[in-house]
Amino acid sequence: MAEKLLEIRDLHVTYRTDDDVIYALNGVNLSVEAGKTIGLVGETGAGKTTTALSILRLLPDRVGFVRQGEIVLEGQNLLDLAEADMRMIRGNDVSMIFQDPMTSLNPIHTVGDQIGEVIKLHNPDFRESEIDARVDEMMEMVGIPAERKVEYPHQFSGGMKQRIVIAIALACSPKLLLADEPTTALDVTIQAQVLRMMGELKEKFNTAMILITHDLGVVAQICDWVAIMYAGEVIEIGTVEDIFEGDRHHPYTVGLFGSIPDMTKKTKRLNPIEGLMPDPTALPRGCRFMERCPHKMQRCVEIVPEISEKGTHQIKCHLFSPLWGESTPSARIWETGGKRR
Amino acid sequence: MKAPLVETRNLKKYFETARGLLHAVDDVDIRIAEGETLGVVGESGCGKSTFGRLLLRLIEPTGGEVLFKGRNILECNRREMRDLRREVQIIFQDPFSSLNPRMTVSEIIAEPIKVTGTLSKRNEILDRVFELMGIVGLAERFVNTFPHELDGGRRQRIGIARALAVNPQFIVCDEPVSALDVSIQAQILNLMMDLQDDMGLTYLFITHDLSVVKHISDHIAVMYLGQCVELAETDELFNHPCHPYTKALLDAIPVASLKNRKEIKIIKGEVSSPINPRPGCRFAPRCAHMMADCSVLSPTLKEIGPGHLVSCLLYS
Amino acid sequence: MTGNSVLPSSGSAVTKSHQYKKKSQLRTVWLRLKKNRMAIFGLLLFAVMVCVVLSADLYMNYEEDAVAQNLSIRFQPPSREFPLGTDQYGRNVLARVIYGGRISLFVGLATVCISLTAGAVIGATAAYYGGRVDDILMRIMDVFLAIPNTLMAITIVAALGTSIVNLILAMGISQIPRMSRIVRSSVLSIIGQEYIEAARACGTGDGRIIFRHILPNAMGPILVQVTQTVARSVITVSALSFIGLGVSEPTPEWGFMLSEAKHQMRCHPHLAVAPGIAIVMAVMSMTLLGDGLRDALDPRLKN
Repeated sequence: MAEKLLEIRDLHVTYRTDDDVIYALNGVNLSVEAGKTIGLVGETGAGKTTTALSILRLLPDRVGFVRQGEIVLEGQNLLDLAEADMRMIRGNDVSMIFQDPMTSLNPIHTVGDQIGEVIKLHNPDFRESEIDARVDEMMEMVGIPAERKVEYPHQFSGGMKQRIVIAIALACSPKLLLADEPTTALDVTIQAQVLRMMGELKEKFNTAMILITHDLGVVAQICDWVAIMYAGEVIEIGTVEDIFEGDRHHPYTVGLFGSIPDMTKKTKRLNPIEGLMPDPTALPRGCRFMERCPHKMQRCVEIVPEISEKGTHQIKCHLFSPLWGESTPSARIWETGGKRR
Repeated sequence: MKAPLVETRNLKKYFETARGLLHAVDDVDIRIAEGETLGVVGESGCGKSTFGRLLLRLIEPTGGEVLFKGRNILECNRREMRDLRREVQIIFQDPFSSLNPRMTVSEIIAEPIKVTGTLSKRNEILDRVFELMGIVGLAERFVNTFPHELDGGRRQRIGIARALAVNPQFIVCDEPVSALDVSIQAQILNLMMDLQDDMGLTYLFITHDLSVVKHISDHIAVMYLGQCVELAETDELFNHPCHPYTKALLDAIPVASLKNRKEIKIIKGEVSSPINPRPGCRFAPRCAHMMADCSVLSPTLKEIGPGHLVSCLLYS
Repeated sequence: MTGNSVLPSSGSAVTKSHQYKKKSQLRTVWLRLKKNRMAIFGLLLFAVMVCVVLSADLYMNYEEDAVAQNLSIRFQPPSREFPLGTDQYGRNVLARVIYGGRISLFVGLATVCISLTAGAVIGATAAYYGGRVDDILMRIMDVFLAIPNTLMAITIVAALGTSIVNLILAMGISQIPRMSRIVRSSVLSIIGQEYIEAARACGTGDGRIIFRHILPNAMGPILVQVTQTVARSVITVSALSFIGLGVSEPTPEWGFMLSEAKHQMRCHPHLAVAPGIAIVMAVMSMTLLGDGLRDALDPRLKN
């Protein structure tokens, strides 16, 4: 396996509100290689955005806390850094793109100023002309004529605003880009444009990317690796071939694929996953997916599953014995395609 | 051919703005037969949401006709419209803002019943509420809860129950699953299809998601900048798309499979403004097949196959 | 789970629904309010004042204690019989303060009634019908807003004569523009919501939409404004009475008492302190309560 750029080990994050404690992340393990894209897939409440915010230490003050774990960027634990050092990393080594382009840009500054701001912050010795040149360069790169840098965000459409956001994020050539559902709010045809542009820029800068999305189509299109999250844990991780073409999957992954209307086949009814994600203030003891799993066993109630590995593919489920090679009785049921309810 | 349940002829809606006349919906003709689903797809600014609301007269059209069971609803007076509301209903996109936060689930579902005077005794109304909750899969214990205590999927079920309360024949569904998680989407879509089979409902299904519309529709209308550019049966549209915009739309969708990891064909540019649109085809500036005539002549919907209409000069 | 025919009505549906408790919205607001200590302090203070004032007749007599003059015991310092001493006419200061509170309370509530009723009608109509109606109504309100509150009250009282009724009328009218603006903006924010469109799609008439759907949701900011109006009217009444345009002898009213006391400040300061503190307590309690309510009712602060 290539050099790991970022490694998250056993990350536990809670949110404390007036009434409850929300267990947002419960032992997340994730790694990203330099220059590669990993898709972080899951539904609302799985903890994807929390993971991204934790990397940048942008959890809401007084509400979000990292309880345990490490986030190691090129050998350095980001959780140990002082705030001033962390600020040097944000925008420079690690950047983030947020979901809603409408509110990501400050309406009272020109777009050129906003791109220039991040360049100036991390390159205090640049002259005005150098900063200007870089701003022009970034705008051309995202496909917006440089003359438009004096315009304000409201003069641009949603797709163009998202490009500007990407320009800001990549202005200092970061090593890692965190993209939180960057194209969800965009039309499909604009999404295609933006995704292609992101792919090209990634190649050019050799930026690694964590792409948060719920759209498996987008994942198949541009990701190298895929991690699937549920109730604050990574329950399955592997290369994109492992996930889309492998024969073994976590039951939740199977459910996710079954929920999507297939464009290629005509199906009468979809196969949704019954039920809802567990209450994050009161998570079950054993496997968190147990309540909704069609393959639930006695073991699942009490014992947290271990991770089973096969090459690059890891699954956190009792159905798969840790040595994978041997198949457990329940895995055999799995293979014969046990009837779903 | 049986008379359609819902039909529009030359339906138009223009808004006056400071910068000019906004053509939200421009000369749209559609027909929906009883028991069928017409999917309406398009991207932002195509006018599909406005179109849906025009069918219910939630917005007053600027021109054209909306025929329900052969009668032009635009000529109905207030009392006739009140009666009509029993037969035509709507499900909204946002399960958060489409429910009154100060009313309980049963009050929300009972509202259309009380307003149309279908039932008047408290007992009868509550019976019907419980019945509807059962139909949409809401547990009885939620009868006195408030919407903010429930998740998106359950809230959308309340919206569906409310739409079904007075036994309508036709329901306009304005992106009913777009705001929901994928697995909840699937549950709700299944529910809607089951209801259609059981109760013989007719749907107008508005969405931007082509995979969803393929799953649920019998026919599909593709809209662009207020006009209908292509209309066909679902399979026909996906197998033989004709209008360049339809083709671009289908090409732009990322498929959840490595086998079809295709080279996405991008259409250039952005949607032009619907305010004071220029003459000629509105898709022309972005069209790969643009010809000289396209910016001068406006194409109209022509039948190029059984039930397949396209509005493009390439097919004249 | 398909539709069956309607079950025979036997009262069972109603009893079945009663099994499932409705989590009262009032309770949720109360729980949030409880956490704000200043707001609870304000609420308690106001509650105590209201109780004391309303029950005055049980332990005191208006004529004897507050009005009857007894020149032989003027300017007595605080003692057991007269906890706040006596004033220049030998009257029990404490009794006068308490009865004065009754007037202030009455005036405050009456002012709110007038301004809320008129303001709500104007504001809701302007918001609901929009367009020309909105423009005309709001421009009229703007004209009144341009005139300072107290000045308008003074003008009305000066024109119609000094009496409690005129006082209430004056202050009620002067508060209408502000109330109508609050109601209008509150209603406008509700009208944009989809559930209003949903109500229209069901065939709900305008009246029912306004009273059943819009107003209950618009109540929050309006309630806060009500507490501010009460506070403001207490001050205005006192101010008007202080300059002689409010009540007249021998009515015990805080501002009037202050006015009389200003001549005695050097020798008998307690005569001014008593009504002064009463005014502060009343206004402060209302304001604290209003602030607390605003925070408790704000839906965005829900976690």
